[in-house]
Amino acid sequence: MSAIIQVKNLSKSYWRNSLEIPVLHDITLDVQEGEFLALMGPSGSGKTTLLNLIAGIDRPTNGELTVAETNIANLGESALAKWRSSNVGFVFQFYNLIPVLTAFENVELPLLLTKLSKSERRKHVEATLNIVGLGDRMSHYPKQLSGGQEQRVAIARAIVTDPVILVADEPTGDLDRNSAEEILTLMDRLNKEFKKTVMMVTHDPHAAEKASRKLHLDKGDLV
Amino acid sequence: MKVFKLIFKNALRHKLRTSLTILGIMIAIIAFGLLRTVVTIWDSSVDATMANRLVTRQSVSFIFPLPFAYKEKIQSVPGVTQVCGAIWFGGVYKDKNNFFARLAADDNIFEVYPEFLLSKEQFENYKKQRNGCVVGADIAKQYNFKIGDQIVLDGDIFPGRWEFEVCGIYQPKNKNTDATQMIFHTDYVNERMLEQTPVRANQYMWYMIQIGDPNRSAQISNQIDDLFKNSTAETKTETERAFAQGFVSASGAIITAMNWMSFMIIGIILLVVANTMIMSARERTREYAVFKTLGFSALHLTGLILGESMLIACLGGGIGVALIFPIVKGFEEAMPKGFFPFFFVEPITIVLAVIAILVVGLIAAIFPIQRALSTKIVDGFRFVG
Repeated sequence: MSAIIQVKNLSKSYWRNSLEIPVLHDITLDVQEGEFLALMGPSGSGKTTLLNLIAGIDRPTNGELTVAETNIANLGESALAKWRSSNVGFVFQFYNLIPVLTAFENVELPLLLTKLSKSERRKHVEATLNIVGLGDRMSHYPKQLSGGQEQRVAIARAIVTDPVILVADEPTGDLDRNSAEEILTLMDRLNKEFKKTVMMVTHDPHAAEKASRKLHLDKGDLV
Repeated sequence: MKVFKLIFKNALRHKLRTSLTILGIMIAIIAFGLLRTVVTIWDSSVDATMANRLVTRQSVSFIFPLPFAYKEKIQSVPGVTQVCGAIWFGGVYKDKNNFFARLAADDNIFEVYPEFLLSKEQFENYKKQRNGCVVGADIAKQYNFKIGDQIVLDGDIFPGRWEFEVCGIYQPKNKNTDATQMIFHTDYVNERMLEQTPVRANQYMWYMIQIGDPNRSAQISNQIDDLFKNSTAETKTETERAFAQGFVSASGAIITAMNWMSFMIIGIILLVVANTMIMSARERTREYAVFKTLGFSALHLTGLILGESMLIACLGGGIGVALIFPIVKGFEEAMPKGFFPFFFVEPITIVLAVIAILVVGLIAAIFPIQRALSTKIVDGFRFVG
């Protein structure tokens, strides 16, 4: 297996007024294609920041970051947006579905950026919603779904473009135990059956058990 | 799902807020249309003038008369083709609110004013009838005047009871031709003045003069005024346009205020729509972060926000523009006839309203777009609205 994510000497700092707040220090990390990686650590350890950098929604202060054979640290805004749309699927803790759109329309959103026809988009969306077990909830709005169902719609939206990497930030953090288990099982299935490289941030040791590798961050360092 | 559907759904997310914004735009556009209609109609009275017509009046004031004898002298000035004397009659028809212009004029008024279309038969009939009158088509319709009807006026400037017989109804040649006038013979008025108050007889209020070459209007005006220099009734001759502008400028401050108000209304709509868009964009900060994460570009977000702003502005503005016509019509019917000789929505009013709607939609979206684009994705996810 080759490394689909290569992180080398990566640092990230935020600035508050003139005060530099270092978040990540000199991180070096390789993630192999098809891996299911759990990123753990206490609050403020830099887990989400590292995930955001790998997903291309934030920029490193220093270091090299190659994801899916692209050095994303050097990409411009529009190139990075295009790269994200075809390479990364993102699952959020609070689902972040668009409330005025149905489950079908939420999942269809990323496909609007492709050249697929309406019927092709419909096929993709239906197939994806069936994978996550929501084939019968396509016309439901987010407020008509349970938390677990909303998260499954969010996962469907993340994978509908068939990205190589799926990043998830505390995907079970807002769910009850049963729903959390369903989501973890689904992510495990996406990793094993659909060969997605999964990188998941979690506080929950039970959730981390699903991963093939666990990494711990503390105060911005891999430990 | 099309992007337009998303724009539409976003616009209707807060139905009450969007409805109130649309209602506000609609009312503002109607008010803009009404004010602009009054302003443009006021200006149209100047536009309706002809370049080949001059007006001669007393140099001191319009209200002082000019002797009949001036007519022949003016007629003798080279370049003058027709001279028509006129008297502002005033008077009351049944009720003071029934206002329309009543004018005693020489019979050649229909040659000097060819835009007053009168059939030859009616004109011949009018000439023969001592107390005959011709009324404009608009007031004929308003008061149901027909050929042969009697019109009785109570005189104020020229006291007494005045009876007229309708001999003709003139049609307006153009949309902005005044069809609300009542015209009758100067001789009819003058005869009674000779009998009752001879000191007021043989006098016109002003002369309407037709000239052959409009380019010579200044020269001819000077020649006419030179004829009466150092007389007891010196004259001031000017183009009909300048004469009309004199009337309009008397109300200039009001018209200027109305003009400013009409554009201030557009400014108010801009604030209303901008406020709605800013609130909407602020509430959707996290959603814009989601869109960016999914790969939507700055152009896509610009389209979403601008589209929503335009949709709201166009919905409110479109309904407003559509309602301008019936409301102006109702306004016209509610006003005393003759207050404005004509009252209709000029195309320029609609063009300005449409431009205003588009500009409001565009400008109202600028700040939300700038905010959505400049907010980093990670900051967007941290945003708590």
